[in-house]
Amino acid sequence: MNVFKDAGHLFRFAGLFVLAFLVFLIVRGFVVPRSFGQYGHYRGNAISDIAAKPVKFAGHEACESCHTDVLDVKKAGKHAHVNCEACHGPLAKHADDPTAMTPVKPDTAVLCARCHTATAAKPKGFPQVDPEEHSSGVPCGTCHQPHSPAIDAGGAK
Amino acid sequence: MKISRRQMLVLLPAAAVAWRSVLAGTPEQAPNYNKSEHWWGLLIDIPKCIGCGNCVRACQAENDLPDGFFRTWVERYHVSDEDMTNPQVISPDGGKEGFPVAKEDAGKYFFVPKMCNHCSDSPCTQVCPVGATFVTPDGVVLVDQSYCLGCAYCVQACPYGCRYIHPEKKVADKCTLCYHRITKGLTTACCESCPTGARQLVDLKNPNDPIHEFLKTHSVQVLKPQMATGAKAYYNGLDGSVR
Amino acid sequence: MNGVEGFMYPNEIGLQWSVLIVLYPFITGLVAGAFILASLVRVFRVEAVRPTYRLALLTALSFLLVAPLPLQFHLGHPERSPEMYFTPHSTSAMAMFGYVYLWYLMAVLVLEIWLDYRREIVLESKTATGSVRWLYKMMTLGSDNISERSLHIDERVGWIVTLIGIPSAFLLHGYVGFIFGSIKANPWWSSPLMPVVFIFSAMVSGIAAVMLLYMAVTRLRKQKIDIRCVDTIAMYLFYIFIVDFSLEMLDLIHRIYEADESFRSLNFMVHTRLYIPHIVIQIALGTVTPLILLGITQVVKLPELVRKRMYVVAGSLALVGIFAMRWNVVIGGQLFSKSFLGYTTYKMQLATREGSLMAIALSLLPFVFLWVLTKLLPPWPEENVSQIAGD
Repeated sequence: MNVFKDAGHLFRFAGLFVLAFLVFLIVRGFVVPRSFGQYGHYRGNAISDIAAKPVKFAGHEACESCHTDVLDVKKAGKHAHVNCEACHGPLAKHADDPTAMTPVKPDTAVLCARCHTATAAKPKGFPQVDPEEHSSGVPCGTCHQPHSPAIDAGGAK
Repeated sequence: MKISRRQMLVLLPAAAVAWRSVLAGTPEQAPNYNKSEHWWGLLIDIPKCIGCGNCVRACQAENDLPDGFFRTWVERYHVSDEDMTNPQVISPDGGKEGFPVAKEDAGKYFFVPKMCNHCSDSPCTQVCPVGATFVTPDGVVLVDQSYCLGCAYCVQACPYGCRYIHPEKKVADKCTLCYHRITKGLTTACCESCPTGARQLVDLKNPNDPIHEFLKTHSVQVLKPQMATGAKAYYNGLDGSVR
Repeated sequence: MNGVEGFMYPNEIGLQWSVLIVLYPFITGLVAGAFILASLVRVFRVEAVRPTYRLALLTALSFLLVAPLPLQFHLGHPERSPEMYFTPHSTSAMAMFGYVYLWYLMAVLVLEIWLDYRREIVLESKTATGSVRWLYKMMTLGSDNISERSLHIDERVGWIVTLIGIPSAFLLHGYVGFIFGSIKANPWWSSPLMPVVFIFSAMVSGIAAVMLLYMAVTRLRKQKIDIRCVDTIAMYLFYIFIVDFSLEMLDLIHRIYEADESFRSLNFMVHTRLYIPHIVIQIALGTVTPLILLGITQVVKLPELVRKRMYVVAGSLALVGIFAMRWNVVIGGQLFSKSFLGYTTYKMQLATREGSLMAIALSLLPFVFLWVLTKLLPPWPEENVSQIAGD
């Protein structure tokens, strides 16, 4: 008993630790999110939070459901595999409610140059021209139908 | 793209569900999406990339990204004939507005789109001190932005430079493989807007996925294989000079 | 792009870890080093350095109290830092910070200081005047037992605490080295030597800091510096410095010899952007010069005054050199691109949350704490209340 009498202060110090640990455990029970650890060392609900973010690009299937006429022209031409929103931009708003938002037609003078301006860096087989030499500044849409651009294949305007 | 009858049987219902979800307007996981049935990756077909920057712009639009930070970007390589180990590389504003015209020159040029590789042994999730970044059961590496401290340890640990600290939210940010889209049967924004099919989403657990077939019949590589990260962005036609 | 040379991945251009992340390992290094000096007395019975024993402990505590601050000011969401206590990720070296820090603070440093000072604390709780008396009363934890037996128990327990404290100090600072050394993505950091180099350079900085503090404070109090004490400290400083220098040279030689894919890029970086901080400040001024000065004092018999001057110069240069080492590791590791094709610049701001003014303020704060602690718990033999008969 003598030991305890002279070591009492040490037990008090240890007691502080035990108390702090208990408080910690209680607080932890409240603070850690419920879904934490559901699939791994992370908040399980984070997955559904992220999956719930809004979609901006509708996806070509959404466009093609309505615009079947464009699809018919496109799938026979060189731009068959170019998706609608690659040129027309994100249009999920329009797909949700077609009347609420009318897409703006892209300016061919700017749009086509992005892909088709000739440069040594592009793959050799890819169709590319020098816009100045090719059309002296005339917008591409003047001669080419963007949905089926090849002129021989009936894509001329 | 040749689609067999069997593939149509899978694609049509998925497309129908996706279409319904898009029409409905409310973002929610497609009701038949089961995480354990998918294992996502991406194919990047280098010979097809024309450096148009559509993917960079699409990603920025889809995910409301801040200027100067990139969840995906495109690099242009110029490799000289004599020295394959010292390429000239540029990525002006991540390639967002394309690239300047390159003069015909000796050596070769090509474009390399880069993004998060959604590593299965991801070093970034290993180092996160609190569990704010993780690999989902379907193989996508995500950041829980309501839990992240913004310590940037994950940014340091990524060998590919695909992570950054969001300047306003002050948390880690990176490519999510458009998780909010792929769980609804859509493809990623970058794949959707790529005009040449250089970027293709692939579900490695789906034997009917046409890209799955492509991976089996072509030689593909990952970036920095020596890092052993289990990267799942597969590159077709990747040159040895690529960093 | 401003400040960028060559090619960098677009997200790499701005540095993630600022001068505050340089300061943090420097501070914990001082803590670990000061504690090792104290353990020389307590565990290894080097009586010659006893005059610095209590000062070393208080110095360690002052710096330890400041240590989390640079980290908090760096975090994007410091209010979420308790997550490291609630959901630490077991695969992350950084996750152990909360627990290692708390362990070292409470179960090692505070406990040891409390046990060593308990007698004075109890006496002051009875005789002090003013509000500070309540502080002493709280510190007694309600026990006023300072019998010979209880003090003997304190002595024994304190010895065990110091013994455990040595590996704890290594863990407190070594884990920081591991945080860097385990990142395979960064070849400037990735090395098994990193934790060891960090620990030895920490010991150099901590011992040099306590030596300088002891000399400065003794002069300020117009007392006589115990030259045998300072000579002994300088000797230990010298030997540990040799080990530290050897380890760093080993890393360097290994890198140059193996010349892996990162070597060309890193070599260029060291010769250009890191030339002043690395070659000039860390190696020439901060390591070789103090080693030569200390070496001379060990080999040649010099007058006391000359030795003291040399110790001050060597100690100060050593501190500058160790800070430069932290700088070169943290900042240097972010100046080059992981593509090995380019470099960026660190634009340190002045008055922002992670700017130079903040770094200076956080460097001075420990001295404020130390001043308060020396008033509360004087480490000087003449001023403590052991004259008053106890119990």
